[in-house]
Amino acid sequence: MPPKIVPKIVFDNVTRRFDLKDNAFIALDRLSLDIADGEFVTVVGPSGCGKSTALNIAAGLLKPSEGTVLVDGKAVEGPGPERGMIFQQYALFPWLTVRQNVEFGLRIKGEGAARRRQIAERFIDLVGLGDFADALPKTLSGGMKQRCAIARAYAVDPSILLMDEPFGALDALTRVQLQDQLLDTWSRERRTVMFITHDVDEAVYLANRVIVMAARPGRLKEIIEVGLPYPRTEEIRLSAAFMSIRNRVWQAVYHQ
Amino acid sequence: MSGSKTTGSSGGPPEGSGVDYSGLALNLCGLVAGIAIWWVLTAGGAVGLPPPPQVASRFADLIANGQLATDIMSSLARVLTGFLLGVILAIPVGFVMGWYKVARSLIEPYLQFFRMIPPLAIIPLAIVTMGIDETPKIFVIFLASFLASVVATYQGVISVDKTMINAARVLGAGDLTIFLRVIIPASTPFILVGVRIGLGSAWATLVAAELIAAQTGLGFRMQQAQLYYDLPTIFVSLITIGILGLAMDRILLVIERRLTVWQERV
Ligand SMILES: Nc1ncnc2c1ncn2[C@@H]1O[C@H](COP(=O)(O)OP(=O)(O)O)[C@@H](O)[C@H]1O
Ligand SMILES: [Mg+2]
Repeated sequence: MPPKIVPKIVFDNVTRRFDLKDNAFIALDRLSLDIADGEFVTVVGPSGCGKSTALNIAAGLLKPSEGTVLVDGKAVEGPGPERGMIFQQYALFPWLTVRQNVEFGLRIKGEGAARRRQIAERFIDLVGLGDFADALPKTLSGGMKQRCAIARAYAVDPSILLMDEPFGALDALTRVQLQDQLLDTWSRERRTVMFITHDVDEAVYLANRVIVMAARPGRLKEIIEVGLPYPRTEEIRLSAAFMSIRNRVWQAVYHQ
Repeated sequence: MSGSKTTGSSGGPPEGSGVDYSGLALNLCGLVAGIAIWWVLTAGGAVGLPPPPQVASRFADLIANGQLATDIMSSLARVLTGFLLGVILAIPVGFVMGWYKVARSLIEPYLQFFRMIPPLAIIPLAIVTMGIDETPKIFVIFLASFLASVVATYQGVISVDKTMINAARVLGAGDLTIFLRVIIPASTPFILVGVRIGLGSAWATLVAAELIAAQTGLGFRMQQAQLYYDLPTIFVSLITIGILGLAMDRILLVIERRLTVWQERV
């Protein structure tokens, strides 16, 4: 009998309300979505459509009002080391050096000093911050900060990466570089990635599937298969096929 | 008032790295000019104030007979005791208030209320209930520095970036780790600002308290001098109070800078 394929992440009828003074506001309305193991999914939609809400629920930072999120078939109860998260504002600990930031999760895991250092070294090199291991975050550019945050998340070896507009605050050139680096690591280590962005090009360039959401109430609107081969290259980025998918996503996002 | 305002840096070059020599030179010029004006104004005895040489010679006398040292010692002992007790209590209380909403709601009304009472106004009550020895003065200093530091600490705790706390959570941190490794370092800059304000207000309060009720100290000396129309001694006391206040503030500023080098300064 073939093994039953359990999706890595399952959003099962997830609703989230926020209680405001007079009425309950529905930030996310009955989201159902399966994400396969090793899949790269991007989420786009107008601001306020519940993207961050959905991601935070999957991270275990926010409780759903109704429904559940399952990771590896088990209901999410809170944050866990198998789900790493990257934030738009980097969220580095500014009083720690790059190395100490990357070691933060390892220290919590109880890894010894030597092993911590070894693992941190590896991921700092992976994101190309080798020369800045002992620098404080304030001395780094935005792109370097985000690379440090990525190394910090990788270090605890999560099987899922939840990324909330991670490149949103960066300039276009840096963004493209980090996109390629992210895809490069992803294609080698095959983590499951759920990546929020407001940039349609970015959504298409990175993803196996683009999840388009709509606002008021925040809900799933359309799922678009990208179907372009990996590795994604500049050639693909400039191809007609890319353009036509990009246009479909654009239509879905902006003509709701 | 002791100098708790930032001086010298306003209007200077935007990057504060290295020593700003031209600024320092200007500071010095201003100082010399001030003393010159003081001298000119008082030379003929027109304003009724003592000229600089007279104050300088009184300074020398009071240093020589050891009275200045004694006064400084007793004032500093009081201010440091009260200040340290205040800060040591304020930091845990501030953390508890920032961390537990219940504690905040319970304590905050008292803080807001006592903050509106000038610490000096507590003196009569303190003397009646605690006697006339050191205790009431130290208590008032304690109160002044406690109130300033506690508010800063809890403001620091509640303004820690939520995303940073979430980042720690997803890396596996529990409440205790978040408290020790995120909340404490992240609120340190706020706490240090509060501590500095606390010291400024402790110093101001102390000197005033000594004017009212003391047998030693810089404030007491001034009060005695007032009885004998001894203007040079009043000047000596005022200048000493200002210099000591400024020195303590600068020391704390250096400590603050050391502990918060990681901060992005804009
Ligand atoms: N803690 C909260 N309290 C009240 N409303 C919230 C809260 N968090 C998010 N919202 C609201 O929920 C909606 C969805 O937010 P969010 O998931 O952050 O949107 P997105 O990330 O797609 O821009 C928004 O309208 C937002 O104002
Ligand atoms: Mg968002």
